[in-house]
Amino acid sequence: MAVDPIHQFQIQNILPITTIGGTQIHLTNSAVYMLVSVAITVILLLGTTTGRRLVPTRMQSLGELSYEFVANTIRSTAGEQGMRFFPFVFSLFMFILVSNMIGLIPYTFTVSSHLIVTAALSLLVFFTVLIYGFYKNGLHFFNLFVPKGIPVYILPLIVFIEVLSFLSRPISHSVRLFANMLAGHITLKVFASFITMLGAMGAVGWAGAILPLGLTVALTALELLVAFLQAYVFTILTCIYLNDALHPGH
Amino acid sequence: MAAEKAHTEVPGGHGGGFPPFQKDTFASQLFWLVIAFALLYVLISKVALPRVGSIIDARRARIDGDLAAANQLKSSTEEAMASYEKSLVEARSRAQTIGNETRDRLNAEAEKSRKALDEQLNVKLAEAEKTIAATKTAAMTNVRSIAADATGAIVARLIGTAPAESAVASALDSVLKR
Repeated sequence: MAVDPIHQFQIQNILPITTIGGTQIHLTNSAVYMLVSVAITVILLLGTTTGRRLVPTRMQSLGELSYEFVANTIRSTAGEQGMRFFPFVFSLFMFILVSNMIGLIPYTFTVSSHLIVTAALSLLVFFTVLIYGFYKNGLHFFNLFVPKGIPVYILPLIVFIEVLSFLSRPISHSVRLFANMLAGHITLKVFASFITMLGAMGAVGWAGAILPLGLTVALTALELLVAFLQAYVFTILTCIYLNDALHPGH
Repeated sequence: MAAEKAHTEVPGGHGGGFPPFQKDTFASQLFWLVIAFALLYVLISKVALPRVGSIIDARRARIDGDLAAANQLKSSTEEAMASYEKSLVEARSRAQTIGNETRDRLNAEAEKSRKALDEQLNVKLAEAEKTIAATKTAAMTNVRSIAADATGAIVARLIGTAPAESAVASALDSVLKR
């Protein structure tokens, strides 16, 4: 009775949709969960604010809380000018947060446990920074790679390091989220499978299964934190990168 | 076992390998990610955030307005209080003035009537003194004639002869003068 902890990340084709450039596009379990995440986010924000209550209901204050939370994050890292990216950052945060939270429910699929998804999102941020940075600052955007007050003889080295770190941003940005979600879900699955394996061994196994059960409960709580924290980390890094595009002069 | 059950449902279309690195799933994932994220972005930027933002702004405006109104009411209360106290002080000082004036006036009137009364009394006193003096004069005159009669009678009894009226009169005069 081998329990495959990797199986939960399997992409399952549900329905062939169309073919683009010879590649078959399917409606997949991942796609369903993406759309469900979008739906839940929109319902949370729109369904709870129809009353436009002055004194918010619990659900309305949840929507307002997320609004204020992301707005404050942007203001504190990228300043008031960063608010032009508010819808973008807010969409990223809510999409990652909601899909991560859904992924914690047993038998569900975690959208951000696939590198292609996190890479696409981080590249979206990367190119937004790059394009907006050059659009707003022109060639002054290159100041980002030239810190002030550096002696000339080590400047080439510094610039090289800065360029390298800038280019590696999307990698670390995407792998952090992907790896955290992947590792957390594998760990949960492994410990949960210990319970069933021990449980199959009879009374002694039942007693022994208490430890992995406790660990699974604790890990679920931890994963709940990680699901939020990684969404927040992705968001705040996005804000920091956007700040570079807004104010490249360090 | 749930995991095993799910395992049997895999259509097995993607071959083996680690699912996140199965390249044949990338196109579908990217396709749906673009659709889902674009949909989310449009709904959030066009509908959700403006609505939530307007709710928050409306609340902030309401709170600020209420606070301003409360401050205004407070300051007008303080103004009313100050003017009340001011008028209270004015009324008190005016009452004192009126009281002082009334007292002075009454004092003056009382003094005047007292003086008038004094004069009347003095006049009456003078009249009375005159009457007393007249009465006394009259009485003294009577006393003299009574004394003369009595003297004549007493002397006549003592010596048997009535004295001369002139002797009696001179004797009386010398006694009365003492």
